[in-house]
Amino acid sequence: MPAEAMPESDREVAIRIRDLEVGFGEKTIMKGLDLDVYRGEILGFVGASGTGKSVLTRAILGLVPKRRGTIEVFGENLDELTPSSRKAIERRWGVLFQHGALFSSLTVKQNVQVPMREYLDLSERLLDELAMLKIEMVGLQPDAAEKRPADLSGGMIKRAALARALALDPEIVFLDEPTSGLDPIGAGEFDDLIATLQKTLGLTVFMVTHDLDSLYSVCDRVAALGDGKIIAAGPIETLLASQHPWLRAYFHGKRARAVAGGV
Amino acid sequence: MTTEPNASTEQAGDEIRAALAGRWVAAAAPEVEAQAGALLAAAEGARRVIIDLSHIERLDTLGAWVLDRTRHELGAKGLKADFVGARAEHRILLDEVAYRGFAEAPVVRHSRLVDFLVDIGKAVVGTGRDIAQGTSFLGEVVAGLVRVALRPSRFRLPALVHQLEQVAFRGVPIITLISFLVGCIVAQQGIFQLQRFGAQPFVVDLVGILVLRELAVLLTSIMVAGRSGSAFTAEIGSMKMREEIDALRVMGLDPVEVLIIPRVLALIVGLPILTFLSSMAALFGGGLVAWIYGGISPEIFLARLQGAIAMSTFLVGLIKAPFMALVIGLIASLEGLAVQGSAESLGRQVTSSVVKSIFMVILVDGLFAMFFAAINY
Ligand SMILES: Nc1ncnc2c1ncn2[C@@H]1O[C@H](COP(=O)(O)OP(=O)(O)OP(=O)(O)O)[C@@H](O)[C@H]1O
Ligand SMILES: [Mg+2]
Repeated sequence: MPAEAMPESDREVAIRIRDLEVGFGEKTIMKGLDLDVYRGEILGFVGASGTGKSVLTRAILGLVPKRRGTIEVFGENLDELTPSSRKAIERRWGVLFQHGALFSSLTVKQNVQVPMREYLDLSERLLDELAMLKIEMVGLQPDAAEKRPADLSGGMIKRAALARALALDPEIVFLDEPTSGLDPIGAGEFDDLIATLQKTLGLTVFMVTHDLDSLYSVCDRVAALGDGKIIAAGPIETLLASQHPWLRAYFHGKRARAVAGGV
Repeated sequence: MTTEPNASTEQAGDEIRAALAGRWVAAAAPEVEAQAGALLAAAEGARRVIIDLSHIERLDTLGAWVLDRTRHELGAKGLKADFVGARAEHRILLDEVAYRGFAEAPVVRHSRLVDFLVDIGKAVVGTGRDIAQGTSFLGEVVAGLVRVALRPSRFRLPALVHQLEQVAFRGVPIITLISFLVGCIVAQQGIFQLQRFGAQPFVVDLVGILVLRELAVLLTSIMVAGRSGSAFTAEIGSMKMREEIDALRVMGLDPVEVLIIPRVLALIVGLPILTFLSSMAALFGGGLVAWIYGGISPEIFLARLQGAIAMSTFLVGLIKAPFMALVIGLIASLEGLAVQGSAESLGRQVTSSVVKSIFMVILVDGLFAMFFAAINY
């Protein structure tokens, strides 16, 4: 399914969510949620803490059961997949979990190599070099490669987890708050890396973030989650112009003004 | 339409033009490497290599890495190698990966013999440290118990009750079942062997003394070490892994007081109760088999039992139980606190907790046997 085979007229959708309902027990987290993520774009996903951004990510990934609705990835309904085509899709996405989720008994390098070993047929040399390449690309020092997750700082865990998410050069990456816990310079480099990968590999990025700088600098579109629905989605100007009280507070509050003033 | 990566070379004097085509991506890694190797071999003897990237269909980080690596290797052989015709996005990717050698991690080689001796040494030192730590930890727990005894308001009754439920109450079915079965087996074997001497009725003495003095407390302790000791280690260990223990400390709460004392106390209270239930179940099993298989009626069994055992026989088993509980509780807590950051280390400590507890339970039982023999109890 290379991109050139698709009609160019309307933008190709990488992830299409329709009428999604997710809940735990009595509590409904989201209901009637619709969202499109276009291929090759960086979608920033915002929403107050606890509104369900991580839950939505996990629902797309199939880690949280949904009560209703459909989720299509690369045009395939995730509910109607055979195990082998599901595996094929899983090979095409990479995930950075909010808390890293590195394998604690493996070193950083081994963590990055896990998906490579599973899906690719690489020589030992290439396996080593490629893992080191990814580790350096995300801004880790080479000596971090032999460390275990317990010996890493919070920011290093984020970077190592990104290196693992990018191990297979996925077509979609899900990033759950990639820049939280990074210093501003590191966060900026992170954004640049994502932008570079998007340009060169045509990466589609679904990025949950609270980082206003990332929203302004790298995101092509922004979607906001509130009350279990998408309250607005579009280029950041659309959201800036929105009259929704939460969005107004978010984008026109004191901190937001400071960021926007600097851009 | 997937096309294999392909590099066709064309020689013109001492210049080689390599035209690359196809998908230079991770999914085709073996071909990518093979083609790059072939290019390297074809360039042998040339002075200049021009690598034409204009027909590459797809390039990812792996492809870019291998290409840039090839260019470097050509350079290292004294050839002048250049990329031409790269698309803008491929150019950026090639710059992003920019081949560089990675320093090999130094591999330290040892001889087998040295490794073996080092392992033995480490094990001995480790055992010594275990004993020292165990003793000091016993001190900490006792100090904690005294503190709690002096200020009962600090005692965590709900925690103790919860642990008692986990340790004692939920352990009752399996422990009584196992004891019942072991009682049956001992009686059956006893009857079978004693028949030959016509000493069949002595099976009652055998079962009574064996169960009350040794079997009940040993079985119970081993089961509790496996059920509750492992659970304590896993609970405390995963709290340690997620810095929950550190969180308690910085809040001014003593982890020994909050986590360990309720657990150890629950064991000390629960294990004698379980031991008692276990001996009753084993005696019941023994009696049942003696009746069905040996023809010894319950009345005779009970009468003989009364004659065979004294109060001391019964107490010997029960006296040992709290000590076993202390040993299991201390080892389980200590191993839990020794967990490091990884899931693997958690597994290792849980195993080690169970193995050490069972070993210590048997050792302590042996010491008690010597002690009771010495005082004629
Ligand atoms: N496994 C679960 N069981 C029950 N409730 C859950 C579960 N996982 C999440 N929730 C609830 O779902 C809601 C959304 O959680 P979620 O983690 O998605 O928040 P979030 O938007 O990612 O917030 P943050 O920005 O702080 O990460 C929360 O109220 C949370 O309590
Ligand atoms: Mg979240």
